[in-house]
Amino acid sequence: MTNQSNKTLNTNIKKLVNQPYKYGFSTNVEKETFEKGLNEKVIRLISEKKNEPEFLLNFRLKAYKKWKEMKCPEWAQLKFSESNYQDIIYYSAPKSKKKLNSLDEVDPEILKTFEKLGISLTEQKRLTNVAVDAVFDSVSIGTTFKEELAEYGVIFSSISEAVHDYPDLIEKYLGTVVPIGDNYFTALNSAVFTDGSFCYIPKGVKCPLDLSTYFRINDQNSGQFERTLIIAEENSQVSYLEGCTAPQYDENQLHAAVVELIALENANIKYSTVQNWYSGDEQGKGGILNFVTKRGLCVGKNSKISWTQVETGSSITWKYPGCVLIGENSQGEFYSVALTNNYQQTDTGSKMIHVGKNTRSRIVSKGISAGNSKNTYRGLVTVNRKAVTARNYSQCDSLLIGNCSNANTFPFISVQNSTSKIEHEASTSKIGEEQIFYFLQRGIALEDAVSLIISGFCSEVFTELPLEFSAEADRLLSLKLEGSIG
Amino acid sequence: MNKEIPILEIKNLKASINDNEILKNLDLTINRGEIHAIMGTNGSGKSTLSKVLAGHPAYEVTDGKILYEGESIIDLEPEERSHLGIFLAFQYPIEIPGVSNEDFLYLSYNSKLKTLGKEEISPIEFFSIVSEKLKIVEMSATFLSRNVNEGFSGGEKKRNEILQMLLLDSKLSILDETDSGLDIDALKIISKGIGSFMNDDKAIILITHYQRLLDYVKPDFIHVMQDGKIIKTGTAELAKELEQKGYEWLKLEK
Repeated sequence: MTNQSNKTLNTNIKKLVNQPYKYGFSTNVEKETFEKGLNEKVIRLISEKKNEPEFLLNFRLKAYKKWKEMKCPEWAQLKFSESNYQDIIYYSAPKSKKKLNSLDEVDPEILKTFEKLGISLTEQKRLTNVAVDAVFDSVSIGTTFKEELAEYGVIFSSISEAVHDYPDLIEKYLGTVVPIGDNYFTALNSAVFTDGSFCYIPKGVKCPLDLSTYFRINDQNSGQFERTLIIAEENSQVSYLEGCTAPQYDENQLHAAVVELIALENANIKYSTVQNWYSGDEQGKGGILNFVTKRGLCVGKNSKISWTQVETGSSITWKYPGCVLIGENSQGEFYSVALTNNYQQTDTGSKMIHVGKNTRSRIVSKGISAGNSKNTYRGLVTVNRKAVTARNYSQCDSLLIGNCSNANTFPFISVQNSTSKIEHEASTSKIGEEQIFYFLQRGIALEDAVSLIISGFCSEVFTELPLEFSAEADRLLSLKLEGSIG
Repeated sequence: MNKEIPILEIKNLKASINDNEILKNLDLTINRGEIHAIMGTNGSGKSTLSKVLAGHPAYEVTDGKILYEGESIIDLEPEERSHLGIFLAFQYPIEIPGVSNEDFLYLSYNSKLKTLGKEEISPIEFFSIVSEKLKIVEMSATFLSRNVNEGFSGGEKKRNEILQMLLLDSKLSILDETDSGLDIDALKIISKGIGSFMNDDKAIILITHYQRLLDYVKPDFIHVMQDGKIIKTGTAELAKELEQKGYEWLKLEK
């Protein structure tokens, strides 16, 4: 490609990618926050505030002790200055005077906020086929369709409520998939998590609604540390969706989440994420630092866990949703689209650990990098000695837009038996000047050309998303890319 | 529409890429109903001319005029030129992974309707239109579901270009070495496609190295390009002479 035309191409691409962030507004609410800083006192205060049973306080304290001994991991292809953990507020919640009886009693400002984000919580307007748990900064604002779900024995609530209502389940499962000391951020999360969602699908139940949690970081100085736990009993089935946005601030905000999934015999969990945290401005200033540990345990025979993610936001993303396949014939899947622009950096991928016989996993990762961004796929496929006839298929495709973006692929594979089959495919392509010119010559406008190329590139992942999400994801990507092609 | 005005009039055209002048004082006039063949050695500037006409951003017009139906198109974007009816069949059609041929053609077709202020058509209506055109280039409908040019044979790629030309019903079509790499059967199919497409309102520029295409598609004029300009213009006889004597002959003649 020539220099002159590169310039034209890149300026046009830029215009297309650099669409202002739609969700950058913040909400003015009266709130209750703790002092900045992290110490044992703060942890005890969080626990006390939430009136937690002792086992949970001990869990937190143990995690805090562990965290203090650990160091922030440096192996990822990410450059950032580590957060000052003493400069973060660990608890920030909208003030409420009394216990709320229904969602309609929630501060109208907050309801308005969610409405603006496309999530209606009030009785009249809410989605009819999805139950929503809305998390605002550190706490859950409310959960829709709770009673309706309860009729089926499905528990869907904030994790804080679940701690009170179902302490046995929490004590039994919390930290069993992602141990406290798994990594630096899980230790931090385990010490200070404030809310998140809890789902329990009883034996033989196919959850009648999709369950979803919408995470909103509002406060400028507080971190969000949420914890999600989903348990699917034998022969049950659930589809869970998660969405995230945050206001636009110049300072980085920390988000460190832990998600644990447990699938028993024949259970099926589908977990989808559309992550659109604020990603920083064109110069890379501000944005969310997103450190997430998501893992699913396929304990039972024939169980299945499927992760689908569309990652478009955050200035830093560090995330490797994985499956530990213990049950015979169990299956793990990971479908991912990660789009980075400007100075965003993403290091994401999946871990598939094959333990049981005849376990299967599939990884399909699509990375799109524009601007000066860095997009890294990092994957780990491990097949243990006993996982005979295990199979894995991995596919990692990267699409580069412009000349300053960067794509890396680091697939790690470790196989300890000779009856397994592992396949890995990778490709790197570029939306080049000649491709664009071809579209233009056929009368197709630049924006349409790019969105067609991108949806084509991502189609294998988008088809895995629940219907409401798939259109949203498609739209999100083309918005994000507005101005980046040329 | 004024039939008197040439469909294309190039005057004194100079164009360069990365400050390298490729076209040097090129003149060419094409009227409706005419087929012009442009021949010449490799590097004589034939493909550059086709890209400059289509508005490729890598090329810069430094001097001269390009009038399409009497109006300058130098400042128009490639898609605007396309909407006006200028079509370029690529020498090397581009592969577009993940995008089906059908989606691509459909979008292209509707984009044109949209700029013409006409109502866009549904995929079902489109399917019946494209099916007719597919017959002309003897391709099966399964070919629509494949990704644009991905894994196509050389002949399929070229037939796909002709299909697009038929579909967009362009007024000025530039075929850049559409005959290269074709076996004789594919050449016949393509020639037949061009023949059925051509009429008194249209014009075609054939860029080619070989006489054999010209056996099937009869040009009204033949131009020989060398060093960025047209050095000789003649009738169909000229191509035959070139085939026998080679381009060296022209140099000697000069």
